[in-house]
Amino acid sequence: MPAIPLAKAPQPSQTNPAQIRNFCIIAHIDHGKSTLADRMLGITEVVEQRNMRAQYLDRMDIERERGITIKSQAVRLPWRSGIDGQEYILNMIDTPGHVDFTYEVSRSLAACEGAVLLVDCAQGIEAQTLANLYLAMENNLTIIPVLNKIDLPAAQPEKFAQELAKLIGCEPEDCLRVSGKTGAGVEELLDQIVKQIPAPVGDPQAPARALIFDSVYDSYRGVVTYVRVVDGHLSTRDQIQMFSTGVRHEMLEVGVISPEPVPSKGLGVGEVGYLITGVKDVRQSRVGDTVTNYQRPTDKALAGYKDPRPMVFSGLFPLDGAEYPMLREALDKLQLNDAALVYEPENSAALGFGFRCGFLGLLHMEIVRERLEREAGLALISTAPNVVYRVTDDTGKEMIVTNPSEFPDGKIMKVEEPIVRATVLAPSEFIGAIMELCQQRRGTLLGMDYLSEDRVEIRYTLPLAEIVFDFFDQLKSRTRGYASLDYEPIGEAEGDLVKVDILLQSEKVDAFSAIVHREKAYSYGVMMTTKLRELIPRQQFEIPIQAAIGSRIIARESIRAIRKDVLAKCYGGDISRKRKLLEKQKEGKKRMKMVGRVEVPQEAFIAALTTDDEKSKEAKK
Amino acid sequence: MATSADSSELSFYIHIPYCIKRCGYCDFNTYTPLELKDDATLADVSQGYIDLLIEEISMARAASHATIVPTIFFGGGTPSLMEPEDLGRVIAAIEKNFSLADDVEITMEANPDSLTRERLAGYRATGINRLSIGMQSAATHVLKVLDRTHNPENISKVVTWAHEVGFDQISLDLIYGTPGETLADWELSLDAALALDITHVSAYALIIENGTKLAAQVKRGDVLIPDDDETADKYLLADNKLRAAGFDWYEVSNWSKSDSPCRHNVAYWQGKNWWGAGPGAHSHIDGRRWWNVKHPTVYRERIERSASPMQEEEILSEAERNREEIMLLIRLATGLPRSVLDSSQQQVVGSYLGSGDVEPAAWSQGALVLTQQGRLIADRIVRELVV
Repeated sequence: MPAIPLAKAPQPSQTNPAQIRNFCIIAHIDHGKSTLADRMLGITEVVEQRNMRAQYLDRMDIERERGITIKSQAVRLPWRSGIDGQEYILNMIDTPGHVDFTYEVSRSLAACEGAVLLVDCAQGIEAQTLANLYLAMENNLTIIPVLNKIDLPAAQPEKFAQELAKLIGCEPEDCLRVSGKTGAGVEELLDQIVKQIPAPVGDPQAPARALIFDSVYDSYRGVVTYVRVVDGHLSTRDQIQMFSTGVRHEMLEVGVISPEPVPSKGLGVGEVGYLITGVKDVRQSRVGDTVTNYQRPTDKALAGYKDPRPMVFSGLFPLDGAEYPMLREALDKLQLNDAALVYEPENSAALGFGFRCGFLGLLHMEIVRERLEREAGLALISTAPNVVYRVTDDTGKEMIVTNPSEFPDGKIMKVEEPIVRATVLAPSEFIGAIMELCQQRRGTLLGMDYLSEDRVEIRYTLPLAEIVFDFFDQLKSRTRGYASLDYEPIGEAEGDLVKVDILLQSEKVDAFSAIVHREKAYSYGVMMTTKLRELIPRQQFEIPIQAAIGSRIIARESIRAIRKDVLAKCYGGDISRKRKLLEKQKEGKKRMKMVGRVEVPQEAFIAALTTDDEKSKEAKK
Repeated sequence: MATSADSSELSFYIHIPYCIKRCGYCDFNTYTPLELKDDATLADVSQGYIDLLIEEISMARAASHATIVPTIFFGGGTPSLMEPEDLGRVIAAIEKNFSLADDVEITMEANPDSLTRERLAGYRATGINRLSIGMQSAATHVLKVLDRTHNPENISKVVTWAHEVGFDQISLDLIYGTPGETLADWELSLDAALALDITHVSAYALIIENGTKLAAQVKRGDVLIPDDDETADKYLLADNKLRAAGFDWYEVSNWSKSDSPCRHNVAYWQGKNWWGAGPGAHSHIDGRRWWNVKHPTVYRERIERSASPMQEEEILSEAERNREEIMLLIRLATGLPRSVLDSSQQQVVGSYLGSGDVEPAAWSQGALVLTQQGRLIADRIVRELVV
């Protein structure tokens, strides 16, 4: 049996780097990464059979439910190679699988020497996987191509082996075939990891340098920081220092995950484990930073540290204004665990007090919102997401706009918006539909390659704002769900952009303002005015609803005045009932928002703001 | 309340919870003989019912300080299904326990189907002096949607007989806004009513109540709910035609000739005291409202063991009384005294003066009186005042 009992396995801080293999698994969301990881935990016997549960490594409920890994983690797996009979330590570093978390993925990859490229052999490679594969190749990782789910009746291992071989430049026969579900081929995969992936190389005598590839807040222990030691040694006796900030921390605990935390004396070259310093906020222990020894610091940081930059902004408002303090508290708490989340108070005339929040992307936004609602029990309204604009007025003054209501009203010289490079993978029959969509969304074709006979990779540059709108939703519906999308920011470009305001009875409703391309302004205006006409109940006066660019009206609707609002009959037996109805309406009125003299039910705001949001949420799962 | 009740007076509402057939739009507390008992006739199920009412009237005597009864109203259900002598016994019981005012108004609701000249004479002989006839519509197809079985021509016959036997005060009940009713149908009904020698008209926009047959038909899509704007037009047509014919509006849905409003109903709107006898009947005395158990069998059981038939009561707080006052008095042509409203409420009225919903002349004399246009949005104005 190639498993090694933990007590007899090489111990942390005393393991020869030559015995260590650090690897990650690159896979699309439902291609079976968690199942394969579960299987590896079982075969190496670090988790006993009776303690096993599905998606063992995914800790948050939300991860398990949606099948997405948000936070990466590292597990130490002892393994005796079936090829040379030697003992090894395999560190499996789990990576997040979604485009919003590219930076976290890149740091996870930087902690490894090799990657298992896991592809569902009934579906083939997806765009996000491809993007991560390229990242891994840029990091000079050894790639082990693996076809998963070979037990499925629809499996086409030959076809996708061809595809993988073409992508990474190997022979189709080099692709391993496994089933995470049945366990077939998994032992061989572990042996191949040992055989193919190089051992880590570092200088044990040099000043300590360790890469932070994840940082997680735990309510009992404070921040738990996951590191990969590159040079030197970290031990419990040390004081450590963060390279980027120079801040010193006490080392309260060092250990490895196996797969529960196991304290150790320290971590040596090539080892992967965790540190606890008593820090309470993940922003003090950021992903990508270099940990060094305070007494004997390094003067050379590990490459690649950068601050995550929010790309998508949205206003979050409590449905019940009284819950504003709870929302603040919940955001503060969430930020302890999410260095990428930024927010500042916002006051909307229509929605009251809330926060303008910045996110890495749409999925990040949804996860934050869902966690706020689930963990803090808050009911929220979110405004339509927008990107960051750089606006220059005619005096040459430049400003950064993250909220349409801050868009200057005066003369504007230019507006620049973020541009992304998008990659779409899809069956070739959908090329036309995809190109049509990208053209409509102001895309520029960069190129197209056939991955196999009937699958293509299409590359476009697109304004991020177009993707933030309902691009993914549209892409999925036009390709019957077959297309996958990945994008990365590549810079900014000038765009012919205008702000469209929505006015109710000539009063601007800030929550509905949007920055859109001039050609789309009219359709946005018509969509919103039509929608509002249906959502706002008739009142005793006529309500004009207008969409405007500056002072120019581009679309108009109106809600006719109500003419009849009286119960014909009110006799003795009706009085109590009628009074109680009135009292109930008094409660209902608290949930009305006043825009000038117009009463707008909260439901109307929610309905007007959730533009096909529910559908796209489904599509993204 | 501003028009606070005179506690020496107590009006009576007498509920007759029986109908031969239930109409499709009706959600009143009424039962057909078959609903109460298999193979029963009206005589079976109503036997002894009058005795129960008489028993409750004596309870009213014990519970109230009032001595004078200004109005009595027999409603239902279908009071005209009861024998004249039976209604006469009820009046006699009230007279025995209280004294009837000299100008007492005694109204009965009547279904044209169940009336003959003889019966009308019988009712008149008991002291009943006001008749409220359920005409609803003159259009046969509208009556059919409402499930009413009478022949529209019978109305004129009944009105003639009523005059012959000595009724001076005759009211017709009309309903507009029934699915399928056109503006022309409604005008036909109004003309038919106005061609008769009557003193009073109640015209109600149909309310489709949950749980009725009509509500089920609407839900299934068998009939279409009429458009609110069209219903508003029908109200305006009624008000214009009735006023042209010499009827004055005195409540949102009620018009009368030569100052003969239904004083019993006015008592409800003015917050006066009344006792409702019979299953499901509501009562009000000095800020306390209560209502009886709904089912005739439960009612019978309570009265037979000399227990109160009350199901539930509420004692109105000052704020609730104020809200009711606004809600009710605003419906009357005499209006809501300005003094009932605080300064912020008066400011709200200001905006409705501007929009032509409130009579400026009356307001300057201290009363909030709605204009024709304002009456159509009375509930909205009330909401804005009290909510």
